[in-house]
Amino acid sequence: MKLITAIVKPFKLDDVKAALKEAGVAGMTVVEVQGFGRQSGHTEVYRGAEYTIDFVPKVRVEVLAAEADVDRLVEVVTAAARTGKIGDGKIWVTGVDRVVRIRTGEVDADAL
Amino acid sequence: MELDSGNTAWVLMSTALVLFMTPGLALFYGGMVRSRNVLGMLMQNVFAMGLMAVLWVALAFSLAFGDAGNAGVIGNFDYVWLRDVGPGLTDQEFLSFLTIPFILFCGFQMTFAIITPALITGATADRLKFSAYIVFLAVWLVLVYAPLAHMVFGGGWLADMGALDFAGGAVVHMNAGAAALAVVLLLGSRKGYPDTPMPPHNLPMTVLGTGILWFGWAGFNAGSALAADGVAAQAIVNTFLAASAAMLGWLAVERLRGGHATTLGAASGAVAGLVAITPCAGFVGGMAPAYIGLVAGAVCYLALGIKKAFGFDDSLDVVAVHLVGGLVGSLLLGLFADASINGAVSNEGLFLGGGADLLVDQVVASVVTLVFSFVASIVIAKVIDVTIGLRVTEAAEDQGLDLSQHAEVAYAD
Repeated sequence: MKLITAIVKPFKLDDVKAALKEAGVAGMTVVEVQGFGRQSGHTEVYRGAEYTIDFVPKVRVEVLAAEADVDRLVEVVTAAARTGKIGDGKIWVTGVDRVVRIRTGEVDADAL
Repeated sequence: MELDSGNTAWVLMSTALVLFMTPGLALFYGGMVRSRNVLGMLMQNVFAMGLMAVLWVALAFSLAFGDAGNAGVIGNFDYVWLRDVGPGLTDQEFLSFLTIPFILFCGFQMTFAIITPALITGATADRLKFSAYIVFLAVWLVLVYAPLAHMVFGGGWLADMGALDFAGGAVVHMNAGAAALAVVLLLGSRKGYPDTPMPPHNLPMTVLGTGILWFGWAGFNAGSALAADGVAAQAIVNTFLAASAAMLGWLAVERLRGGHATTLGAASGAVAGLVAITPCAGFVGGMAPAYIGLVAGAVCYLALGIKKAFGFDDSLDVVAVHLVGGLVGSLLLGLFADASINGAVSNEGLFLGGGADLLVDQVVASVVTLVFSFVASIVIAKVIDVTIGLRVTEAAEDQGLDLSQHAEVAYAD
C-alpha cells in the first residue's frame, strides 16, 4: 500500500476531488497548509507599507491506495491540479506498512 | 424660542447615527489588527460607549457647556448629574438658539464624547493595558475633551476669537490625533515593529466599518446644524462629497506611488475626507467640499510617511488620518468659508475675498488644540505609566489582547 500526498492550489481542490472520485477512490484527507517552493511568496501592500509573505496557502490531499492503482491515481491528480503556471504543487508517494479500519478491525487492502 | 418638532426629529436621528459610528469605528480598526487582538480592539471601542456616556452626563457635559459663552477655557458645575437638563428648552443665554430639548443636545454631544477618545485606540493597538485604557479614558474626557469642547463648541475663547469648527475638526479629530501621538510616544512600538509584518487580519471588516462610519457621519456633520434646515442639507452633501473625493485623491496618489489602488486605501481615503470636511461641513458650498476632500485624501496618504520618518508606531495611522486630516480641513476652511452658505461665517475665507483673518484664526486654534491636547495627554499618560503601567507584559502581548486582557478568543477553530 502507498500513501499519495499531493500539495495543490486551493482552488484546484474541487477538481482534484472530483477526478479522484471518478477514478474510484473511496476516501481522502484534506488539510489547509502554508509553504513555499519555487513559486516563493508574494508581496502585499497596506497603506504604502510592503510586506513580503513567504508562505503561500495550499491544500494537502492525502489518499491511501493499493500499489496497482498508484501510477494511475498520480496521473489523475496531476491532470486535475495542473494549470501550467508556477506554484501548481507537488505529489509524492510513500510506502505504508499497515492500515486498519477502526470500526471493523479490517486490515490493509480490505481497509482501503 | 420654542421647541421645533422638525429640528428635534433630525437631532434625535442624528444622535442615533453618531452613536452608531463607534461600533463602526470598532470594525474599521478591528479589521486592521492581527486576529489575536481583534476583541481587544472591539472592546476598547465598545467600552467607550459605556464609560464615556455615564461620565458625560454625570460631569463632563457641565464642564463643556456650563457657563457657555464665557470666552474662557472651561465651563462650570451647573449641569452636574443632569441638573436642569431635561425635555424642555434651556434658559442658558448662549444656547438660546436651540429649538430642541436640552436633554437631546446633551445626548447628541454625548455621542461625540464617546467616539473622540475611541479614535485614539487605533494608535495604541495591540499593547495598551485595558485597565490603563479605562483610567486614561476617564481622566482624558474630563481634563482634555471637556475643556476643548468648551473652548470651541461652548463659546469659550477659541470660538470667541473667531475660529470656526462646524462639527469637531479640532475638538474631535486633531484632539484625538494629538493625544494618540502623545500616548504612543510613551507606550513604545508593538513588539517586533517594524521588522515583523503585521498585516490586517480582516479587511472586509474594515470596509464594513468604513460604510458605517460614512453613514453615521451624516448625523455627525449635518446633525451639528442642530436644526433640520438648509445648513444641515448643505452639510450632509458636503460630507458625502468630501468622502468621495478624498477616496479618489488617496487612491490616485497610492496608485502612482505604490502601483496599486487598494481596498484599505479606498476605506482610509474616505475616512480622511470625512475627517477633513468635519470642521467645514456647514460653512462651505459649491465644489469646495470636493476640493477639500481631494487635498485631504492625497495629503493624508503622504502623511503615512511621518511615523516612518520619526520612528514611532502609530499602528493604524491615527496621526496621518485624524490629526493631519483635521488640520487640513481646519486650515482649508480659512480659504473656503462662505457667508452665503451660513450666516455664522463673519469672516469669509481667503478665496471668497475675506482676506486672511479667518485663516490666521484657524492656524491659532489648530496650534492651541494640538499643543494643549498633546501636552495634557502626555502628562496623563505619564502618570498612568508610572503608577499602574500603560503597557501589557511581553507575554501578554505575545498571547494577544483577546486572551490576556479579556480571556476570550475571536475565532475558535
